[in-house]
Amino acid sequence: MIASIIFYIASGILLLSAAMVVTSRNPVHSVLFLILAFINAAVLFLLAGAEFLAMVLAIVYIGAVAVLFLFVVMMLDVNFAALREGYQRYAPVGALVGFVLFAELALVVMNFVIAPGAAVLRLSPAPGDVTNTVALGELIYTRYILLFQLSGMVLLVAMIGAIVLTHRDRKKSLRPDVARQQARQVADTLTMVRAEFGAGVKLVSPPATPQAEEISQ
Amino acid sequence: MTSMADIALHALMPDILIALAAMGLLLFGVLSKRDHALACTVTAVIVFVVAARFILAAPAGAIFGGLFLTDDFTRYADMLVLLGCSGALILSVDFNRREAIGRFEFPVLVMFSALGMLVMVSAGNMMTLYLGLELQSLALYVVAAFARDDLRSTEAGLKYFILSALASGLLLYGISLVYGFSGTTDFAGLAHALASSARANDGALVGIVFVMVGLAFKLSAAPFHMWTPDVYEGAPTPVTSLFSTAPKMAAMALLLRLLMGPFAPLLSQWQMLIEIIAIASMLLGALGAIGQLNIKRLMAYSSISHMGYALIGLAAGTEAGVSATLVYMAIYTVMSLGVFGCIIAMRRGGKQVELISDLAGLDRRNRGLALAMAALMLALAGIPPLSGFWGKLYVFYAAVQSGLYGLAVIGVLTSVVAAFYYLRVIKVMYFDEAAPSFDHHSKAVGLMIAGCAALSALFVFVPGPVSQAASVAAHALLGAG
Repeated sequence: MIASIIFYIASGILLLSAAMVVTSRNPVHSVLFLILAFINAAVLFLLAGAEFLAMVLAIVYIGAVAVLFLFVVMMLDVNFAALREGYQRYAPVGALVGFVLFAELALVVMNFVIAPGAAVLRLSPAPGDVTNTVALGELIYTRYILLFQLSGMVLLVAMIGAIVLTHRDRKKSLRPDVARQQARQVADTLTMVRAEFGAGVKLVSPPATPQAEEISQ
Repeated sequence: MTSMADIALHALMPDILIALAAMGLLLFGVLSKRDHALACTVTAVIVFVVAARFILAAPAGAIFGGLFLTDDFTRYADMLVLLGCSGALILSVDFNRREAIGRFEFPVLVMFSALGMLVMVSAGNMMTLYLGLELQSLALYVVAAFARDDLRSTEAGLKYFILSALASGLLLYGISLVYGFSGTTDFAGLAHALASSARANDGALVGIVFVMVGLAFKLSAAPFHMWTPDVYEGAPTPVTSLFSTAPKMAAMALLLRLLMGPFAPLLSQWQMLIEIIAIASMLLGALGAIGQLNIKRLMAYSSISHMGYALIGLAAGTEAGVSATLVYMAIYTVMSLGVFGCIIAMRRGGKQVELISDLAGLDRRNRGLALAMAALMLALAGIPPLSGFWGKLYVFYAAVQSGLYGLAVIGVLTSVVAAFYYLRVIKVMYFDEAAPSFDHHSKAVGLMIAGCAALSALFVFVPGPVSQAASVAAHALLGAG
C-alpha cells in the first residue's frame, strides 16, 4: 500500500520534472529539474529492489553528470534563446518523429511475449537471500574481476591522458608574481610628461621588465 | 580451487606485471622532482622483456571461464606486440629528447597500450575484446597528440580519436547484434551457437560485418583507412612507428581469432568481404603512395597495402593461410621498425625533416644509413631474396592453394606497382644531387636500424624459426576453434 503510494508520487514528480526540463526557459532550472528527475528515478529503483542501481544513479548521475551539465550551462556562453528559434516551424516534424517512435513502441509492446517465469524473476531481482548489491559484488569480484580491473585501467588511462594533454607547468603559465607586483615603484612604470599643445607626446617605450621578457618567451 | 587460481595467476602474470610496473612508474614519475623520461623508458623496455619471458612460460588454457585465453597463437602475437612496443620506445628516447617532448608519461602510456593489446590478443570473450581494444586505443589517442604544442600532432590525435571512436561504436553495435542473435559473448559459445542454428545466422552475420568493419579500421585496411595518412604524418615519428607495428598485430590477431574461431562456421559468408578488403587495400596502398612527397605519408600508404597482403592469408581461410599471415606480420613489423628508425635519423639542423627529397644523395653523406634504408625499401617492395619477398610468397601460396587465383594475381600486380615508389626512394638516395648531411643520430637508433635491416636482408638464411613458430601458432588457433 505504502509502496504503491510512494511509487505514484515518485513517478508523478519524475514525469513532471522531466517535462519541466524540456519546457523551462532558464537552462539552470532545466538542470535542477533534471536532478529532481534523477532523484525520483533513484526512488523508483529502490522500490524495485535495485538499491545498487539507485545509489549509482544518485552518485554518478546527480553527483557527476548533472554537476557537469551545470558547469557547462554556467561557464559556456551558449545562447539558449537562439537554440529555441524556429520552435513552431519544427514542431510538426518533431511531432511526426514522436508519433513514428510511439507507433513502433506500440507495435513492439503488442507483439511482446513475456517468458514464463519472468514475472516471478521480476519480483525477486536478487538471487537467493542476498541483496542486489551483494549478488553483484559476488560476480564482479570473482568471475568478472578481470573485466572489472581492465575497466579501472581504462579510466586510469583516461585520467593520465587528460592530465598529459592539458596540464601546464606553473613556471610556464601566466601567473601573477605577487612579490614582484608589490615591489614595483611608481617611477619604474610611470613618467609624467607635459603635453605640448598641437605637438602631442612622443611615446618612449618602457624599459623591458624581467616578467615581460618571460612572457614573450 | 587453488590450482585454478595458480593457473590464472601464471597466465595473467605478464599482464599483471605490465600493469603494476606502469602504475609504479607513474607514481615514481609524479612524485620525483626531476624528469626521468630516460629511466622510465629503459625500465619499460626491461619490463617488456621480462613480460615476454613470462608469456613464453605461461601455461596454455582458458581462465575466468573463457574470458582470457593463452595458447601458442597468443604467445606468437604477444611477442610481436611487445617487439613493436619496445622498438617504438627505443626509438622514442632520442626523438622525444630532441623535440622537447621527453616526459615520463610517454613510456607509461605505451605500457598501458601494450597491456590493452595483450588483452586483445588473449581475448576469449567479446567483453574482454572490447575492453582491451579501448584500453589500447585510449592510450594511443593520447600519444598521437603527445607533442601537444604542435598543431599537426594535436590534429592527428583528434582525428584519430574521433574516427576511432566511430569505429569502436560500430564494433560495439556489431557485438550487440551478435550477442542478441546468438545469446552469448563467449567465443567458444558463439562458435557452437553459430554452427548449430541456421536461423540466427542472418542477424548475426550483420553483426559480424560490423565487427569486421571496426577491426579493419584499427588495421587501417581500405576502405576504412582514411585516418591513416594524416595520423601517420602528424603524430611524432616514434608514435607512428608504434602505430604501424604493435596495434596492427593486435588487431590482426583479433581478426584471425574471431574469423577462424567463433565465426568459422560462416566462412563462406565473410571470405568474400575479406577478399574485397584485401584487394581494396592493396590497390589503394599502391596507387595512393605514388604521388606522396612526405616519407611518413608514403609509409602510411605502404602499411595500408601491406595489411592487404597480410589479409590474403586470412582470406584463404586455411591453417596455411593463417600461418602465412602471421609470418607476414612478423616480417612487416621488423621492416617497419627499421624504416621508422631511418626516418627518425632524418634530422637536419636540429629539426626533423620528412620529405623524400631530403634523402637526396644520402649515399655520399652517410653510406651506412643509405644502405640500410635501401635494403629495407627493397624488402618492403618484396624483391627476392629479402624478407618481404618471402612474406608475400607465403600468402600468395596460401591463396593459390585455396583456389583464390584472382586474389594472388592482383597481389602480384599491385606489388609491381608498389615497387615503383620504393625504388624511387632508392633512386633519390643514390643518384640525386646530394643534400646537406643529417645530424648525428644516437647509438640506439643506429643499432635498431642496423638490426632491422640485417634481419630483413638476411631473412632467407633464418626463415625456419619464424615460420615454424607461425605454423605452431596457426595450428593452436584452428585447433582451439
